[in-house]
Amino acid sequence: MHSFGYRGNALLTFAVTILAFMCAIASFSDNFSNQTPSAQIQILNINWFQKQPHGNDEVSLTLNITADLQSLFTWNTKQVFAFVAAEYKTSKNSLNQVSLWDAIIPEKEHAKFWIQISNKYRFIDQGYNLRGKDFNLTLHWHVMPKTGKMFADKIVMSGYRLPDAYR
Amino acid sequence: MSWIGETVDSIKSIKIRQLLTQAVTLGMIVTSALIIWKAMMCVTGTESPVVVVLSGSMEPGFQRGDILLLRMTKDPIRTGEIVVFKIDGRDIPIVHRVIEVHERKTTGKVDVLTKGDNNDVDDIDLYADGQMWLHRHHIMGRAVGFLPYVGWVTIIMTEKPIIKYLLIGAMGLLVITSKD
Repeated sequence: MHSFGYRGNALLTFAVTILAFMCAIASFSDNFSNQTPSAQIQILNINWFQKQPHGNDEVSLTLNITADLQSLFTWNTKQVFAFVAAEYKTSKNSLNQVSLWDAIIPEKEHAKFWIQISNKYRFIDQGYNLRGKDFNLTLHWHVMPKTGKMFADKIVMSGYRLPDAYR
Repeated sequence: MSWIGETVDSIKSIKIRQLLTQAVTLGMIVTSALIIWKAMMCVTGTESPVVVVLSGSMEPGFQRGDILLLRMTKDPIRTGEIVVFKIDGRDIPIVHRVIEVHERKTTGKVDVLTKGDNNDVDDIDLYADGQMWLHRHHIMGRAVGFLPYVGWVTIIMTEKPIIKYLLIGAMGLLVITSKD
């Protein structure tokens, strides 16, 4: 009853249980953080807008993204993954979401940023429906914790429109 | 080193009834672990409620050896979700993020494109020949939670099976020689 083996086993079980409990409350504490992120996206320029040889429309844009995601960081946050996606409808598809840009924000200090870039990922439609298309730009964030539950949410910005003709 | 002598003595003095009781106890432990696993499958709605991250394609968020907790619901698949999928004809599940979604108006079916956060290109090369999109039936679950480092035990046991056999052998020995 008092052998090394029994004591080692009891200690290990207790340690693992405490560790699991700590991970659970660390994750639970994330529910109490007050999150007020803000963002703005401007389309500075439509670089080009063509119909590709395989028949699908493609557009290249330069975006100006301003965001303040500092309030998303808690002590249990490992990184925040932020990305911008274009959302639009076509006659064939009730929803299209195309990711244009993403970034990994490892620390709170880097979470307030202003960046001007052209789209990191190609904006290609399934078809050739993009002329004159109204679309939303959404900034999504995905909070990845040091341990526990992951949170994700987004800001939807509407009112963007692609040109009526190829250029 | 006298415990070796004790071990040999206790193996020699084993009684059938005691052995059977111990076998049943061991069986109960194994089946209750199985019951818990199956119950988790029901609760989370996916056939693998827990996966171990095997590659570095989602770093720095998910490192090799981390464990992901999965859930599958009927909710539509949207960009940004971290999904676990299997390519037809391959066994290994892949955990990547959805970067493109096209949902058909008439059927509700989706075309999905994925990419690992740490990869430079999307997953088109990973899909089967000629496959351009993933569909709902490829996707086994969404990652909802995460535990760091705990998966290393599984990786070590898969990559060095000798350790698995050593552990099982030691456990078997402990069961046989314990006095309760």
